[in-house]
Parts: sequence; structure tokens; C-alpha cells
Amino acid sequence: MGEVILTMKGIDKSFPGVRALDKVDLEVRKGEVLALMGENGAGKSTLMKVLTGIYSKDAGTITYEGREVTYHNPREAQADGIVIVHQELNMMGHLTVAQNIFIGREFKKGPFIDDKKMNEEAEKLFKQLNIDIDPKATMSELTVGMQQMCEIAKAISHEAKVIIFDEPSAALTEAEIERLFEIIRSLKKQQMGIVYISHRMDEIKRITDRVSVMRDGAYVGTLITEECTKDDIINMMVGRVIYEDPKTESQVPEDAPVVLKVDHLNAGRMVRDVSFELRKGEILGFAGLMGAGRTETLRAVFGADPKESGEIFLNGKKIEIKRPQDAVKAGIGYLSEDRKRYGVVLQKTITENSTLACLEEYVKGIFIDGRKERKVTKKYVDLLKTKTPGIDQLVMNLSGGNQQKVVVAKWLVNNCDILIFDEPTRGIDVGAKQEIYELMNKLVKEEGKSIIMISSEMTEILRMSDRVVVMCEGKKTGELDIAEVTQEKIMNLATMRD
Amino acid sequence: MNNAKNKSSIIQKIDLQKIVIISVLVILFIFFSAMAPTFRKYTTIITLFGYMYYILLMAIGVTFPLITGGVDLSIGTGLVCYSIVGSYLINHQGMPIWVGILVTLLLGTAMGAFNGLVVSVLELPPFITTLCTMMIARGLGSILAGGLTGVWPVAGSQNGWVRSVFRLTLKNGTIIPIGMLWMLIIIAIMTIVLTKTRVGRYTIAIGSNKEALRLSGVRVIKWHVIAYMISGFFAGLAALAYGWTFTTITPGTGAGFELDAIGAAIIGGTSMTGGKGSIIGTFLGVLLISLLKTGLPYVGLQANWQQIITGIVLLVAVTVDMIRSKKR
Repeated sequence: MGEVILTMKGIDKSFPGVRALDKVDLEVRKGEVLALMGENGAGKSTLMKVLTGIYSKDAGTITYEGREVTYHNPREAQADGIVIVHQELNMMGHLTVAQNIFIGREFKKGPFIDDKKMNEEAEKLFKQLNIDIDPKATMSELTVGMQQMCEIAKAISHEAKVIIFDEPSAALTEAEIERLFEIIRSLKKQQMGIVYISHRMDEIKRITDRVSVMRDGAYVGTLITEECTKDDIINMMVGRVIYEDPKTESQVPEDAPVVLKVDHLNAGRMVRDVSFELRKGEILGFAGLMGAGRTETLRAVFGADPKESGEIFLNGKKIEIKRPQDAVKAGIGYLSEDRKRYGVVLQKTITENSTLACLEEYVKGIFIDGRKERKVTKKYVDLLKTKTPGIDQLVMNLSGGNQQKVVVAKWLVNNCDILIFDEPTRGIDVGAKQEIYELMNKLVKEEGKSIIMISSEMTEILRMSDRVVVMCEGKKTGELDIAEVTQEKIMNLATMRD
Repeated sequence: MNNAKNKSSIIQKIDLQKIVIISVLVILFIFFSAMAPTFRKYTTIITLFGYMYYILLMAIGVTFPLITGGVDLSIGTGLVCYSIVGSYLINHQGMPIWVGILVTLLLGTAMGAFNGLVVSVLELPPFITTLCTMMIARGLGSILAGGLTGVWPVAGSQNGWVRSVFRLTLKNGTIIPIGMLWMLIIIAIMTIVLTKTRVGRYTIAIGSNKEALRLSGVRVIKWHVIAYMISGFFAGLAALAYGWTFTTITPGTGAGFELDAIGAAIIGGTSMTGGKGSIIGTFLGVLLISLLKTGLPYVGLQANWQQIITGIVLLVAVTVDMIRSKKR
């Protein structure tokens, strides 16, 4: 095994209110591929951002090639030979491939840019990587996979010694992934240290030499890939103790009718042939890793994105949902994960927000019926226990948890019976989380609502759901009753590719 | 792979657009000539060119901020302001003509630098920023020149040579629109600047993906400011062209000039969303707008109709641009 090129030791990083990294250790060796694994929010990306100077660390040391280093920006790290191939591509679509690769350090001939030389150099890089891309092609004309290859070429042209791949395969096709692996193997032969961040278990087994696992901002341990099983890795990823008691059995009566049935739904690359049922009074959890297609699936159900095929049945009757208006009319409400962008109008009052989705019911002639509007708002502020000095308070002055309640009120005012909660407690502090959970339970038990809950938090899924649908890469990979659910089972399904 | 196909389709796209403009130009010219035989005269072309120079110079300059995804509205009233101040220094302060010329160009460049700094450092929207400086320039010119009308030296007077820079009258009375020669040279130079130097490359990169450029370690602010300085400098050049072509410059005018220039650049294929544009395209756009301006009166359509038709042409050009950028 190669010698150590990079060591991170005792790295701490806090953001206001969150301990993002807690004494994390990491070791990268020459000529090896190190997998960095962990659930969403385990701190993988944060750690890499600390390494490359995008974030500054609070404590700990980084030793690179035998000396201690601290980078203040990605450029310094780059100059030293540590580069990231980002998940989101950083490309200038209007420029050519070669122009992109050499941006900021163009070859020059007098005052002019020497495009010919840049094309030749890019050609050489591609030859080295054994890829066939025309350096003169315009970037935006390439496929995502080819663009990624260009990013890799750019990384190598910096004379990289450590390359970090942040979920490189997320946007690639099968053939492109093969290509990527070939490249990674050849980089390995050239004694580079490679960090490979991915959720895909099969890829980890194929391409990496060691696996380092993080959980909740802390370093858990490192395994030799050859010597461990998929289950070993999953155990390390999810091995946390659940403090809040999980639901042990479904609270839904045996004979509860199916209120919503989605049949063979297809919508783009992220929603492939998804079917599921929601029963009255049920909380149906949607689990999976980032990019599993959960939000896409329910956006398509809601009519926010176009569907290609598939049928939706409401209380046994087939309905057409082409636009969100259709869904709202059918009594389906969607609570977006990005509350501030899609959920509430921050600069308006609670009252105005509450009646937003069905204002036509609160008008008298051409005027808004203020009294009726206030009455219904008051009712739901009381019911949901929204903490506010009054219903004329601007929503922007409320806490995250209470803003969420205003969104719930909006859909309740609209008589929605099916509520889709997309990451209901994201950005909400612990105390308020508890309240949202109680609220959701109350809605299904006392108000006869049915809830679909998308959540990336394992604890939330285990605690709230009566049944769990697990998705991976646009497909439903499993469905579990809460009585049989374990973290390991969910993680297994969430990383199952076909 | 399908690289070869990609390449040829790009070439097709560029050429197609220019071919369309050129065809429209030819059709319009034939139409005007057929409708009004007087249109085909040499003097018409001289008039056409006279209208063109200052718009073309402004348009070449404003192409740069447009490619960054911004805009510069201050060039129109700016032009009048710089030209009045320049001529004021010569006529009323007894300064030598080269001082007047230099100040005109410097004022424009300084205004560009100011716009660029506000846009790139304070990150104000370019539209708002340059709308403000447009108003400022409108008032400033009048104040600096004490409300006097601007007049550059007339033909025959001392320094009257300025009148021959764009319009050379030979001894036998023949007028040579020599300004066109300068324009072609400037077009060639600026095409090289846009395609072959870092200034141009980074201007395009800013409009394409500013964040990516920053992450590549480029000092984005510097190049962003330079793009606006080019626009300002060319507004200065346009101020000279305007002052040396027309008899007088009325203080407080100039609002609307910038729209002709920006419109021309967009008709010529510069994208409002940034990242794309060419000097040749801008030139063709200016030709089209100037041809409409001079040609329409010959077929009996007066100023109001010119506005309407120019507006429609622009609307079509922008729609085409939006459809194309959405396809991407």
C-alpha cells in the first residue's frame, strides 16, 4: 500500500447552532482510492470543503506531503495539487472545451490568446485520459458525462496529486461510469491519491481500496474494502442509537380505505415506474438518499412537473392532475422542502397566507371578506397552536416551526385531505420539530387527514411513518411496514441499484 | 462520437443568423430603391453613413456589457454630455482641440469605470445602475457646459479638420465617406479583442458562468469593470463622431440613442442573457437600424412609423434569442 500523502486530524467545524464536524480524522494514501461514505448530512462535503479552503476549520491539523497546510481558498489548494471534481459542474457553456480547461491561465502569444496551443494541450490531456473529446467543441453541446470528463482533465492539468470526486457518478450513464472508472484506475497507477464520495455501494466495492465512514459529523472508522461486506459498511453508517422512540407498529386501522393510489408513474429520469398507495389516516414515509427521486415523484403527482405516463386514483376514482391547481382542487396539498421559496409569502401576514390557496372563497363581490378570512385564520392558529402575537403578524417574523404551521394552515383552510410534507422539519430547531411531529400525528388521528412524508432523516422516518417506501435513483426499491423496518433494511434498499 | 456533427451545427447556426440579417438588409435596400428612385443616390448613402457612425460606435462598446449579461443605458445621454463638455473646453475655455478630444474620451471611460465598479463590487443590477448614471449624465452635461449648446469646430475654421475625419470633401466637390474605413478598422480590432484576447474571453466567461470563472481563480471584478470601461470609451468615441458629423449638440438630449445601439447589438445576435455576441453581428444590426431610419422616410413613413417598425424588429430579435436560449 502506498505511503500517506494527506492526513486530516481532529478536524472541528461548527456553524451557528450546528456542530458540523467533530474531531474528524482522514488519511489518504498515494495510489489508492479512498471511499468517503455516510448518510446525507454526515459531513462528507463539509470535510472536503474544509480541506480545500472553502471553509476554515475551527480546530485540527491538515498534513499534506509531510508539512502542515492551511488553505484559504480553492485556488491555493489547487496550486498545491489538491483538486475537487464537483458534483455540480462549474462550466462556462459558451466557451469551448479547451477554453474552459485553461480559463484563468491561458497560453499567450504576445497580447493574444494562443487558442491553437490550448487545443493541442487539451488534446494531450484527453489522450492521457484516453477520452475522445474535441477540444474545439462548445461546452454546452457536450453531454453531462463528457463535461465531467472535461472537469477531470482540468483537474489533472493542475498537476493534481490528490483528486476528490464528489458523487461523480450521479449524473452519468452506465457506459460513462465505466469510462470514469477506467480513468480513476489509470490515475491510481500514476500514484495519485483519490477520494471518492458516493452512496452507491456497488461502485464502492468495485473501485475503492479503503472505506472511511462518517456519521453525524464524526469519524466512525475505516475498513479495507476487500475485507468487508456491504452490511459492514451500512452498519457503520447507521449505527446510531435512536433516542426518540420509533413507532413499533402501524397506527392505521386494518380496514382503512385507500385514499390515493399512484400507478406506474413515469416522469423524467428521476421517476421510473413508481407505484404506491396511501391509506386514510396513514403517514407514509418516503425514504432514500439525496437524489433518489422522492421529491420528483411527488411533484409529478402534485402536477408541478409534467408526467409521461401513469395513473392517479383518488378514493378509487381515476383523476387527471395536469397542473397544481388540479391537485389542490382534488384536496391534495404540497408542503415544499424549500418553505421560503415555495411555501409562504414572507412579507405578508398570517391571515393573507392562510387564505392564499383559496381566496375566491373569501370574497364578497369584488372585495375580500376580511371578517370571514380572519375567523378562519384564527381557528387554525388555535388548532395548530401557532405561536404568534396575532394573526396580523408578518410571516417573516415567525420561527421556522411556526412558518411551517402557517403552510399547514393554508392547506387545511383549503380543505385538503391529503398532505405531502417534503422534509417537514428541515431548518427547524429541535423543540419545534417535536411540535411539528405532534401536529402531524394529530392531523391523521383527529382530523382524518392522510400524510405523505418525504424525509432524509432516518430518525424521522422511523418515528413518524406507519409504512415506508424506499426509493433509489428514480425507482421504488422497497416498501416496508413500520413493524419490520430497521435502519439497515432502509439503507440497504436506498443503495440498491437494480 | 458526434463531435463533428456538433461543430458543423454551430457553424450553421452562426451563419444562418447572419445570413438572415444580410438578406433582410438586401431586401430592404431593394424595396426602398424600388419604391423611391431617389433613395438609390450616392448622397443617401452618405446620409445613411452619417447616421450610422455614432450608433455603431456605441453599439460596439455596449456589446461588451451585454455579453457579460448586463447592459449600459448611460451611453446615450453620456454621449451628449461628453461631446458638449469637450466642445465647451475648446470654444469657451480656450483649450487646444486635443484637450477637448482627450477629455471627451476620458469622461466616457470614467463613466464606464464607475458603472463597472458599482455593478461588480456593489453587485447592483446593471439596469438600475446605468439607468441612474444615464439620468446623471443627462443633467451633468448641461451643468458643466453652463447650459450652452455644444458646437465642434466647423469646416473651414481653425481645427475644422475634424469635420473631414468622417466625411472627406475632395477639391472637385466629391464627398468620400471615409468614416466607413475607420469603422471597418475598428470592427476588425474589436473582433480580435473579443475573440483573441483575455479581455474578450473573460467578458464571455462572465456572461456564461461568473461563479465558475471565480472558482477558476480569475479576478472577476477587474475584467467586469474593463467590459464597462470599453462601453464608456466607445461612448466617448461616439461623442466625437456625433459632434463632428452634426452641427450642434443640444444639452439634455441623447436619451434613446442607447436603445438604438443596444437594439442593434441584440438584432446582431448578442444574447441578453449573456455569454454570446459578436462585433460583426452588431455591425449588421446597426446597418439594419440605420437603413430603416434613413429609408422609411423615402417611402413616406415618418418618424413615428420608424419607431414602431424598429420596435417590432427588435421584438422579433429578442424573441428569437429567448427561444434559442431556452432550447439550451
